[in-house]
Amino acid sequence: MAKTLTRSAASSSGFGVDAEGAKRLLSDMLLIRRFEEKAAEAYALGKIGGFLHLYIGEEAVAVGATSVLRPDDYAISAYREHGHCLAKGSDPKRVMAELHGRRDGLSKGKGGSMHLFDRSTNFLGGHAIVGAHLPIAVGVAFAIKYRGGDQVIVCYFGDGAVPEGEFHEAMNLAALWKLPVIFLCENNRYAMGTSVERALAQTEIWKFGQTYGVPSEKVDGMDVLAVRDAVGRAVARTRQEKIPALIEADTYRYRGHSMRDPAGAVYRTKEEVEREKLRDPIVLFRDKILSAGLLSEADIRAIEKDVNDRIDEAVAFADASPEPPGEWLFTDIYKEA
Amino acid sequence: MAVMTYREALNMALREEMRRDPNVFVIGEEVGLYEGAYKVTQGLLKEFGPQRVVDTPIAESGFTGVGIGAAMAGLRPVVEMMTFNFALLALDQIVNSAAKMHYMSGGQFNVPIVIRGPGGPAAQLAAQHSQSMETYFYHVPGLKVVRPTTPMDAKGLLKSSIRDDNPVIFIEAETLYNVKGEVPEDPDFLIPLGKAIVRREGTDVTVIAYMGMMYRALEAAEELEKEGISVELVDPRTLRPMDTETIINSVRKTHRVVVVEAGAGFAGMGSEIAASVTEQAFDDLDAPVERVTGANAPMPYARNLERLKTPSKDKIVAAIRRVCCVNGHANGS
Ligand SMILES: Cc1ncc(C[n+]2csc(CCOP(=O)(O)OP(=O)(O)O)c2C)c(N)n1
Ligand SMILES: [Mg+2]
Repeated sequence: MAKTLTRSAASSSGFGVDAEGAKRLLSDMLLIRRFEEKAAEAYALGKIGGFLHLYIGEEAVAVGATSVLRPDDYAISAYREHGHCLAKGSDPKRVMAELHGRRDGLSKGKGGSMHLFDRSTNFLGGHAIVGAHLPIAVGVAFAIKYRGGDQVIVCYFGDGAVPEGEFHEAMNLAALWKLPVIFLCENNRYAMGTSVERALAQTEIWKFGQTYGVPSEKVDGMDVLAVRDAVGRAVARTRQEKIPALIEADTYRYRGHSMRDPAGAVYRTKEEVEREKLRDPIVLFRDKILSAGLLSEADIRAIEKDVNDRIDEAVAFADASPEPPGEWLFTDIYKEA
Repeated sequence: MAVMTYREALNMALREEMRRDPNVFVIGEEVGLYEGAYKVTQGLLKEFGPQRVVDTPIAESGFTGVGIGAAMAGLRPVVEMMTFNFALLALDQIVNSAAKMHYMSGGQFNVPIVIRGPGGPAAQLAAQHSQSMETYFYHVPGLKVVRPTTPMDAKGLLKSSIRDDNPVIFIEAETLYNVKGEVPEDPDFLIPLGKAIVRREGTDVTVIAYMGMMYRALEAAEELEKEGISVELVDPRTLRPMDTETIINSVRKTHRVVVVEAGAGFAGMGSEIAASVTEQAFDDLDAPVERVTGANAPMPYARNLERLKTPSKDKIVAAIRRVCCVNGHANGS
C-alpha cells in the first residue's frame, strides 16, 4: 500500500491521500502520541528508568516519512526514536516491553528506550551518541548500492547533530559516492537546552545540503501531508537516481528534553510552547480531514478508541512480561558461529 | 608453504577472502589507487575494481561508520586504518557502535567488520605515530583484538577475522611488514581466533610476548639458553578473547612468568596477564610475576630516548634472570 501512496503524494497537489490513507496517518500519529503519554506515566510510576525522550509534538515527521517508504526500505534514528520505530511497523507491545526492560522487548530488555531495533521492519536503531548513526546510515546505503538494490534508508537526526563532524562526514561521503540515503533532520529548535541560534553559524540547516551538492529543502514538520510530499519526492528521486537528499523538518517537542527536564522551561518560554501547541500536528490534521469531509467525527472516535485499546494492551503486555533472566547478561556479547 | 613477507601474507589473505566471498570489500584511505600507505592492498584495485576496493577521503569516523552500517546490512567490510593512531578518531564508532550493536539490539544485528592496519612502536615516528594501540580496544566487551606476530599468523588470523561474525580489531606493525617467514598457500588455511601458541618450549620460565617484543624475547631466550636457562615463549596472538588456558598450562610447568609488552605498563596487557596468573595459578608460582614494559612516557623522537622508552633484549634478559633467581637458580627445578 505504501508504494501506491507514494505515487499519489508525488502527483497530486491536493490531499494526496484518500480516506483510507488519511485514517492511517491519523491513526499512526495518535498511536505514537498515546504510546508516549503512557510511557511518561510508567516512568512516573518508576516502571521505566534511565533516560526517556518523548516524541510528543513531532509525530508528523515519522508518520509522514514512513508513509512513503516500502517495508523493505530502512530507517535509523537517534535516541528519541519510539515514534520512528512504531511508524516503521514495530509491535507497540514489544516496544513498550523494551522500555520496561522486559524479556519480550524488541532488544530483550538489553537496549531500553534509546536502543530500539527491529530486524523484521528494517529498523536499525536506536543510537544514543549524537551524530554517530549518520555514517552508519551511509554504510547501509553503501550496502544497498553494492548489491544493486533499490531500497533507500531514511536517517532521522536532531538539529543537535548538525554541528557534529559526523554530520558533515556523512553528507560528504553520501554525496561523493551517490548513495541512497535521505537525511531527515528534525529541527525542534533545541538540543537539550541549546537553541539552534546558540549552536549553528548557519541556522538554515537545509542549506548545508547545497554545500555538498545534495538536493535539500525545508518542510513544515507539523504538517503530515507536507512531510509526506517532501519525503515522497526525495524517496522517488533517491530510488531512481541513487543520490542522497537532505530534508529539514521544522518541528517542535512539547515536553522537556527527557523526563529529567520535565518542564523544559529554563531555555524557552511558556508562551513559546503554548504558541507552538497551536500547530499541534495531530489537531491540525484532524481538523483538516474533518473539514474536507474525508472522515467523520465518528470515524475519528473509532480510531482513537482503537489506538487507546492497543496502547493499553501494550502496557499490560509490558507489565506482564518477565524480567530478562540473569544468564542473559552474558548472551549476545558476541555472535556465535 | 612459501616464504614471503608479512605484508605479502596479509595481501594474500585479503585476496583469497575477496575471491571467496563477494560480500568482502576493502575500504580506507589510499587503499586503491595508491595501493596502500604500506602497500598491503597492492594489486587489489586491479583485481577487484573500485566497487570493492574503496578509496576514502580522510574521515576515519565517517568511513568506519560506513563499514559498520554496511556490516549491519550484511556485507563484510575490511576497514584499513592507515595507522591505528588515526583510529582514535573512530573510537566512538568502534566502541559505542560496532562493539555494542549485537548486545543492545538483543542479538538482532551483528557487525562482521575487520578494522586493520599498523599500530605500535615504529622507527622514530615520535609521539603521535608510534605507540601501542591495542590497550584502547581490548578493554571493550564485544570486540575481538588480534596482534599477529609472524607472516603465517598474519595470513591465518586475518582470514579468520574476516570470516568472524563480530568486530575484530586487527593491529599489524610497521616494523614487521618486511619480516619473512613460511606461509601456507592453501586458501583454506586458517588460524582460529582466541588461541595462543607456544613459540618455543622451555622448562624454567614462561615469557609471554607478541609482535616485535616476541622477536626480542626470542633473542633473549637464545642468549639465556647458553647459561642453561630454558625459556618457554607464549604468544597470545589474540588479546581478546585471551587464551589464558595456554598461558596457565605453561606456568604450571615453569612456575615463573615474565610478561613483555611494548606499551607503557600502567593498566597494560602485562597487568592483566599478571592478574590472571595470580588468580588462577598462584600456588604454582615460585616467584612474583615480572613485567617488562615500555616506559611510562610518550614516545620521544631522539634515537637514544626512543631506545630508552622501548623494552630491550637486555631488560628482558635481566627480568628473566631475576625471576629465575628468587629461590636460588631455576636450573633443574
Ligand atoms: C556525542 C554526544 N554528545 C552529547 C550527548 C548528550 N546529549 C544527548 S541528547 C543531546 C541533545 C541532542 O539534541 P538534538 O540532536 O537536537 O535531538 P533532540 O533531543 O532535539 O531530538 C545531548 C547534548 C550525546 N548523547 N552524545
Ligand atoms: Mg533538537
